[in-house]
Order: sequence, then C-alpha cells, then structure tokens
Amino acid sequence: MTFRLGIDVGGTNTDGVLLDREMNVVHSLKTPTTDDVETGIYQTINQLITDAHVDADNIDFAMLGTTQCTNAIVERKHLNKVAIIRIGAPAGTAIKPLAGVPDDLKAILGNYTYMVEGGHEYNGDEISPLNEGKIRLIAEELKGNVDSIAVTSIFSPVSKRHETRTEEILRDVLGDDISVSLSSEVGSMGLLERENATILNASIIDVAKRTAEGFEKALNTKGIDAKVFFCQNDGTLMSKHYTLKYPILTVACGPTNSLRGASFLSDNKDAIIVDVGGTTTDIGVLAKGFPRQSSLAVELGGVRTNFRMPDIHSIGLGGGTVIHLEGDQFTVGPDSVGHRIQEEALVFGGSTLTATDVAVALGKVTLGNPENVSHLDSELLGAIYQRMTDMVEESIDKIKTSADNMPVALVGGGNVLFPDDLHGASEVYKPENGGVANAIGSAISQISGEIEKIYAISPENREEILNNAKQLAINETIEAGADSEKVEIVDIENVPLAYLPGNATRVKIKAAGDLAL
Amino acid sequence: MRLIGKEEVENIAIGAALLGTGGGGDPFVGKMMAFQAIEEQGPVELLDITEINDEDVIVPSAMMGAPTVLVEKIPSGDEALEAFHSLEDVLNKKIKATMPIEAGGVNSLLPVALAASTGLPIVDGDGMGRAFPELQMVTFYLNGVSTTPMVLADEKGNSAVLNMVNGEWAEKIARAATMEMGGSVMNAIYPMNGRQVKDASIYRTLTLEENIGRTIKEAKANQKNPIEEVLQLLGGFTLFSGKVIDIERQTDGGFVRGTATIEGLDQHKGDNGYLEFQNENLIVKTDHDVLCMTPDLICVLDTETALPMTTEGLRYGARVTVIGIPADEKWRTEKGVEVAGPRYFGYDYDFTPVETLHERQGE
Repeated sequence: MTFRLGIDVGGTNTDGVLLDREMNVVHSLKTPTTDDVETGIYQTINQLITDAHVDADNIDFAMLGTTQCTNAIVERKHLNKVAIIRIGAPAGTAIKPLAGVPDDLKAILGNYTYMVEGGHEYNGDEISPLNEGKIRLIAEELKGNVDSIAVTSIFSPVSKRHETRTEEILRDVLGDDISVSLSSEVGSMGLLERENATILNASIIDVAKRTAEGFEKALNTKGIDAKVFFCQNDGTLMSKHYTLKYPILTVACGPTNSLRGASFLSDNKDAIIVDVGGTTTDIGVLAKGFPRQSSLAVELGGVRTNFRMPDIHSIGLGGGTVIHLEGDQFTVGPDSVGHRIQEEALVFGGSTLTATDVAVALGKVTLGNPENVSHLDSELLGAIYQRMTDMVEESIDKIKTSADNMPVALVGGGNVLFPDDLHGASEVYKPENGGVANAIGSAISQISGEIEKIYAISPENREEILNNAKQLAINETIEAGADSEKVEIVDIENVPLAYLPGNATRVKIKAAGDLAL
Repeated sequence: MRLIGKEEVENIAIGAALLGTGGGGDPFVGKMMAFQAIEEQGPVELLDITEINDEDVIVPSAMMGAPTVLVEKIPSGDEALEAFHSLEDVLNKKIKATMPIEAGGVNSLLPVALAASTGLPIVDGDGMGRAFPELQMVTFYLNGVSTTPMVLADEKGNSAVLNMVNGEWAEKIARAATMEMGGSVMNAIYPMNGRQVKDASIYRTLTLEENIGRTIKEAKANQKNPIEEVLQLLGGFTLFSGKVIDIERQTDGGFVRGTATIEGLDQHKGDNGYLEFQNENLIVKTDHDVLCMTPDLICVLDTETALPMTTEGLRYGARVTVIGIPADEKWRTEKGVEVAGPRYFGYDYDFTPVETLHERQGE
C-alpha cells in the first residue's frame, strides 16, 4: 500500500492529509503553525500517521504547500542581499532597475545593480552581443558581497540564451554556492515587472531553503523516506532543487490548493470555487482542474510584478461579517468579528449581529442558540440574506468567462451560510472535508510545463505552429517528472499584438500530467 | 510657463490613460521614464502655446510600433535625442521645444521624458486630443503640415530620415522600418514653426490630462462619484453602463479589431450595448441607436473605480461605464471627419456629434 502526504502551512494552522493510492482521504487534521514551521509540520505528520495507523515506510510522496515565502517578502524578514544584472543595453537604461520599489526593500537588497550589453528583439535577433567580459568583472566584484543574483535579459521569454550564458559565467567565477535566478523562469513579457519578480525570487532563496530543509527533517525524524515535492501557485509541483531556485513560484499556492482540493472533492474539473472564510470569501475559477491566472500586474510587498498568480476575487463577506442595522436599513460588513465569532455572534451569546446569525435566524443553519436571534424581524432578515446571496452571485458572475452556467463548489468553514441554489450555477456542491481542501490540493498536485513565445501566425501555418508549441510544452512536462502517458494540454492562450504587422502573436501553452510513479 | 515635476506627471498619466480611448498603450513606461529624467535633470518647463514665437522650431515626438514591445524593450532614453539631432541636421535649425503628438496613452509622457533629459521645454498641446492608430490622424495633417522630414531612431543608434510625398506613405514606410528596427522606435515628426503649432494644435491637453488625474484622485478622496466629476470636467455624457458579456477580436494588418457586447444594467437594463474598436474605441451603439462615433472620444471606465480600461483589458464580466466626450472642433470639420470619421474605419454612418446623439436619445 502506498500513501501520499499533503501538508499546507498557513499563517494560523498547519493542515495535513493522507491519501491512499486511489486518492481517497484516509485521514486529515489541523494543528497550530509553529514559529519554526518544522515543529508544526512534525506534529501534524506525527499525529496523522498515529491516528491513521499508517506505517511510515508506506508513505511514498510528500507534498508541502507553504506561505513562508510570501510572508518573508511582505514582512521583509530574512531576505537575501541581491545583485541585479539587467542585460539589454543600450536598451532599457531609461528606467533603472528597482524604479518604483519601496525604499525599505531597496535598503535590504543592497546596492549592486548593473546594466550590461546584450538582450534580444521580439523576433529573437540580438539587440547587441552579450558583453561576457563585463559579466566576468561583475562576478569578481560580487565575490563575498552577495549570495543571490537576479539576471534579467530583454525578451528572454523569446530567447533565454543570454540569461543562461550569464549564469554559466557567474558560476565559473563564483562557484555553485551562489544562487542565480533567471527571469525567463519567473515571469512573462514586461521587463520591469519580470525583473522585479526575479529580484524578489532571489531575495527569498534562504527562506525557501530553511523551509524545505525543515520539511525534510520533520519527515526524516518520523522515518519517512518519501519523494518530496513543493507546491507552486499554478496547482502543480516542483522538486526541491527547483524550489530552491524559484521559490517565488510558491507565492499564493494556498488559495490555489484550496481551489484544486475543492475541485477534487466535488469531482469537477471546470468549476467556480467559493471559499467562505470568517472575514472574506475568495472566489476563483478552475479550467481543466487548474486555476485561471490573473492577467494583470500584481503587487507583492509593494512591488509591481507579473509572475503568474491565480485570479482570485475576494469580497468582504464571511461567517463573522458584521451586519449594521439602522432602523429598517442595513449594511453588510465589510468589518468582521473574525475568529472572535465564538464570543461575539448573537447565537453564541455575544452582542454583535453577524452574517452567521442571519443564516441561523432564517433556519438555514443550526448553530449555537437560535433563541438568541428569534426576536429579529423576519422580513428584514430575508432582505439581508438576499443581499448576502446577491454579493456572492455577483462575484461568481464577474469571475466567469462566459454567460453559461457553471458548477459551483462552496468550501471553507462558512459554506453552510449560502443556499444550494445560486444564480449562474448549474449545480452547487458543498463537499465533505472542505475544511482541509488546501492540504488535499497539495497532495493531489500534478507536474506541469509551460512555454511562452511570440510567433508570426498566418491562417496557413497556424495549426502547425500551435502543434509544435504544444509539443514543446509536453516535453517540458515530461522532463519535469510527469508520466509521459498522462500528459495533456491544459491551457492555450494566443493574443495578437496590436500595432505590429505580420500577425505577431504571443502564444502561451501549458501542459500537465500525473507524477511518474 | 510653469514647471512640471513628478506629482504632475503622476496625474497626467491617469488622464492619458483616459484620453487613450481604449488604446495608446499603458502610460506606465512613459511615466517611469519621465520620473527618472526629472530625478536626474530636474522638472520640465511647460509652455502655453500662446507663449511660443512664430519662428521657433517645434518638433513633436512619439514612440511608434507596439506598446507590447515597448514594455519589454524599454528605451535607452537616447533615441529621441538622436532623432532630434538628425532632424536638426536636416533642417539646419535648432529645435526650441517638443510636444506630444497624441494625448492618449504612452505617447503623452514620452515627450516629457525627452524634455527633461534634453532641457528643452514642452508645449502644452498635442495633435490629437486623444489617441488614434495612424500617423496621419493628427490635426497637424488636417492643417496641411507635412509629416516629413521625419526621423525614426532606435536604441542601437540607428536613425532613419524619411522624406515622403504624403502622410499615407510616411505611415507605410515608417511602419516597415519600425519592424526592422525591433518593433518599437522613437520618432521626431511633423516639424513645425511656432505659427503652425498655434494654428494646427489642440491646446492645453497636458493641463487637461493633469486635471483629469487630479479630479479622479480628489473625487475618490472626498467620496464623490469620480465618473460624474470627470464628465463635468470634460463636458461628456454617460452613454451606456453594464456588464461585458461577449468579446470578439481579430487581427488585421497590425490592428486588433473587435466588438464587445455589454449587457445593460441599472438605467440600461434590458438593452445591449455594442462597442466597436480598432486598437482604440470607435463606435458605441445599441440595437436601435448609435450613441457615439469617432472622432468623438469613447472611453470605457471601470464602473467601480472609474479607472480607464483598454480594449486589450476588456473581458467577460467586467462592470463598465462607457462615456462619450466631444472631440476638439478641429476633428469635426469635413477634413477631420474624412481622416478619422466613421467611414474611414469602414462604418456606414455620417458623423453626428455625441451631444446631438445624446439629445435624440432623450426624446
């Protein structure tokens, strides 16, 4: 019998789940997250295998999803000093690296910024040859001053040749202990945003290392000799080696894992997932089992970046949301009693009218003492409940890609608040184990590969180009560790570029498949 | 004359996105370039058109090519300088000031960066009062100013001087050269003397953009409806508000043409609105009426935040308010409508001003 272990380390709880070979949930639980992360993980693992009577030898795969890297960036804690090399001069010098980055972060990163000749055009031609001599000089200068370097070359999503050559030279001078982050692995088109994402990536290398080693240590202590993987924010897995190179890809893997876990539990690969928490409700879309990515620039720790992030719509409505009454008028939130709901909500003997109280008073849920809310006017309650439902329905509608109804899965602690019939939903699911959907999401993750290139597409060569691009994405996926029999294309995006003749089109293709066992 | 610094540039960028009427590219790169140039060289002198001398040589400058290339291949900052030097050689005269050719999108702020790094003043006006997709769609052209001699310059130090028989040829050759030079170049174009600038420009567009930016910011800070405030400032109308339910795009010779279908909400419930665009928004109509047509300005704003949305950024589910703003009188002449009116873009309508269309709606 083989098992897989899924762990999700959140700010408050460390969730764990054990799945069997057929992906049935054997056991799941939550323990408080500890300051050193490792202890919390150990406690979760320990309790899981004890409760489930599973032999440590039988756990073959262990997956970790964590917010450690996100928190480090937001809180500016334990960040690496980073050298920044931009390749593309003479292009690019009109806006220097770190422009618009908050000063407190700049101070931590240090003052090692370089612009070097090289880079490519949109069609793959060189802007100028790479100035290898200058890279060598920079490497000498960096010796002993930094341990992490961010390298960004113009149009590296089209040709990453200058980035990989730069890494070779840096390693030649500085050895293998230095960490080198290449922008082509981190972000997409948009030099400044991709460079920023690469710099952030370079700044969290040590944090990722500590987290990954903590996870392995916790497993070893328990005698578990499993293949270890780390969750990315696109719902797929990375090896430890890759995680230590590109930890930024773990940012926002929590919501992604929730979405994927919910999809798995409700057995729907194309669905809208509504995760109802205490303060907010997060709404996301899954297409072929993967979260749709945001197409906008995203800010992380005050830095404008463009690396992929799940497209999540959040509204200020959860179980603890405060309902403000003024005569027969009311407003819903946006403030919430949050985790104090057990003391403050009316049904629990408190004195604040919350969204949960409204649902209890209308008989939608049985919780606490319904007597405490029986005095409320039912017509008013009906109106409030309608407004709450409208808010969720409107968000569902906003996040959809077409007018067709889609299945909706409601997860999270507050999912019982909402009706089984929602406008825009073809069906509404409230799966069991919804509380640990994130840990389940990490345990079921697949392996993926992705390509992004600009092609000149005409109606005649369109199919051939797309087929070639698909094959490239599939090859990447198999190389990353997927079972070659089980790889499929999960996303195709082609966006024509405005103002350029010749039908230049940006093509982005992603493939994914199950782990090769 | 007054000085513009980073705060003014910040506001101009917001106004530029709105006057971009859905196209023109994200002003972000222009803004960051202007910031760096101002930090290094100090604030920029902004000249009112009435302050320039009739014999001064004024040369507008702009980027040409794909905004998607510009955000990846950020300029060196020397391209426009290079272009100006080449043009000075050809004209055998010193250039006294620069100005934007278009008020919308990325091109409104690139000349500010150029002005800061050269120390030249910038003239408060432009040749569009909005964004348009083609080189000849400028009021300079309407007034008979020659597009050429023009110069295209790239970051590698190449500059190409073009002398063309008319604006259409300039467009054609310049676009081909732009591709070879890497898809995004800076130009110096429509060289004019002060007299021509006074006759052929749209006045005070940088100040207008700055005011739009400030109005949106202040409305939000004071919890007023920013869309209402902007309409008041611009003398515009709410044309349609609702939710995007379908979007269809195709490319056609470097242009992205398409239609967005908007399902009416609130006062437009029960109706569908249709927004037609070719890089910029061109026509908005319902099943029964046309609500606004080019060259009048059609802007799509996020209903909640009042922030302008580009045609590339439109997608299903977006809550939008479409507003119409009367174009400058220069665009509403026979020549103006011929160059950038509905028929030029292939729509079978006689140009009717937005305020007339709006009045008919009320009847």
